[in-house]
Amino acid sequence: MTERIILETHDLTKQYDDVTAVDHLNLSVREGEVFGLLGPNGAGKTTTTLMLLGLTEPTSGSAIIDGMDCVRQSIQIKSTVGYLPDNVGFYPDLTGRENLRFTGQLNGLSPQVCEQRIDRLLERVDMTYAADRKAGTYSRGMRQRLGIADVLMKDPRVIIMDEPTLGIDPEGMRELISLIRRLSTEDGRTILISSHQLYQIQQICDRVGIFVSGKLIACGPIKELGKQLESEGSYILELSAEPDDGMLEKKLSALEGVRSVTRQDDLIHVDSSRDIRPELMPLLMDGGYQLLHLHLRGGDLDEIYRRYFEKAGESSEHPTAEKKRPGLLEQLQKKRG
Amino acid sequence: MLLLVVTTASLGGALSNIREAVEESSDFIFLKLFTTSGSAIYSFATFMAFLGPLAGITLGFDAVSNERSQGTLNRLAAQPIYRDSIINAKFLAGSTVIFLTVFMLGFYISGMGLMLIGIPPSGEEVLRIFAFLLFTWVYISFWLALSIIFSVVCKHAATAALASMSIWLFLSLFMSLVASAVANSIFPTSGIAGFANISSNYSATLALNRISPYYLFSEAATTILNPNVRSIGMVTMSQLSGAIAGPLPFSQSLLLVWPHLVLMIALVIAGFAIAYIAFMKQEIRA
Repeated sequence: MTERIILETHDLTKQYDDVTAVDHLNLSVREGEVFGLLGPNGAGKTTTTLMLLGLTEPTSGSAIIDGMDCVRQSIQIKSTVGYLPDNVGFYPDLTGRENLRFTGQLNGLSPQVCEQRIDRLLERVDMTYAADRKAGTYSRGMRQRLGIADVLMKDPRVIIMDEPTLGIDPEGMRELISLIRRLSTEDGRTILISSHQLYQIQQICDRVGIFVSGKLIACGPIKELGKQLESEGSYILELSAEPDDGMLEKKLSALEGVRSVTRQDDLIHVDSSRDIRPELMPLLMDGGYQLLHLHLRGGDLDEIYRRYFEKAGESSEHPTAEKKRPGLLEQLQKKRG
Repeated sequence: MLLLVVTTASLGGALSNIREAVEESSDFIFLKLFTTSGSAIYSFATFMAFLGPLAGITLGFDAVSNERSQGTLNRLAAQPIYRDSIINAKFLAGSTVIFLTVFMLGFYISGMGLMLIGIPPSGEEVLRIFAFLLFTWVYISFWLALSIIFSVVCKHAATAALASMSIWLFLSLFMSLVASAVANSIFPTSGIAGFANISSNYSATLALNRISPYYLFSEAATTILNPNVRSIGMVTMSQLSGAIAGPLPFSQSLLLVWPHLVLMIALVIAGFAIAYIAFMKQEIRA
């Protein structure tokens, strides 16, 4: 990976009437990396991708891809940047091959290059067997794979994908993810993925940016984001033990630095300001408990995501009010302790 | 398809009545193929005025909204082409199809007519037929432009279709009623003042009617296809005195409906311009 910045935005802002969809976004993506744009629905991810492609005009600020301005030079941008929209569509009356040919023609490829590329790309996305069927009969996973072939028709240097893994079964997802990964490692293309599905992003992204209500609230490699949280003193321990008698929770909350102990089905969640694992073992031994499960959360994206959303006063799935409650409880407990 | 069937039917109707028509006057027999109607069937010109819009609407009502609902619009917009080429292509493609259809139908009628009645058209008649077909093309293109506007503005193809159809129905069926009602309320023809108002009442009705492209086209088609129509609008007795009854030459007929043609072309351009601006300002998203 080189250090060259290929995609940059400066104070990119998009205002819809009274809603600010994207608020002074400053983003930079290095050449050849896979960058994940994470955020809940309606955070402004799609608007950002549309502005990068010059399909939507920003209210203020600028976006630059490979030295070209996204508003002024949108035609050049569109020939170097591939865009895979979420729920990509094809002309149902044409076969997969004809759909690709149409894209090739729009990009001004000569017929020979076009045919060669179609064959190669169909092979690559494993769609050769269905290439001459009507696109209207394709399943969602097939459409998504054909979509990737379609994006690659113009041989782009930067690929922007909007929710590429939405609504795809696990097996298809695995294939799709390894395909995307290979686009970066084998071809050296820069990939920008916007998504709200954490696990897939975690598997393929070099860096992620977390996006909440139009603002980028955190940006960096996943591990670094995790460390950032730990240094702020937040440890979440997930454990279950036998016998499950309810006494354990009281004992745990009596430990120093423990902020809250909550229960989810069989698992006990311990939120503490320091690592309590060294003291946990003696405590369990004394009480005659048998440890069944122990897991320190915080290193995975799920936790990072949740934490950041809480910090921003937002939640990933629910309206604000619901998630704020545990935060308030924590504060109350803090006052007591 | 529908138009072809309708055309054949109107041709049949025209042929069955042409004998009587010829007995009345033997000039311009060939043109009568287009204007003579059978006992139960309208003439070709009437059909074009009435059903032509339907063809235009069919071609245009889902032009943009269909791309959007298929999810192909944003894929298309992400290709290195200018955005206006999408809407330009939509209109040009539809307009070309209309052109081909209209001229094909015109030739079909002429060919069948030639075989069945055995009288070749004169040079002037050929010119008149061409002019009529051109008018038809412009007229149907207007409806295409109108339905493309709705397909840009409306989210669903069905809404766009219904909106265009309602405008079509209103302009073709109810506009004349509305026009006379409005004219009557402004210039009442009853009472003492009524006598003085007749002239202004008539011109008001005519002016209002001419808002509708349906009326414009019908007027133009009649004038073009029937050389005996000497004037559109009102003629006073004093103007008529001294006029020699006889068919107008083609150039004079054309002169008579020149404003109609200009107006119809302007309507097409205005319609397309609105669709174009709406499309260019629109957000393209999934």
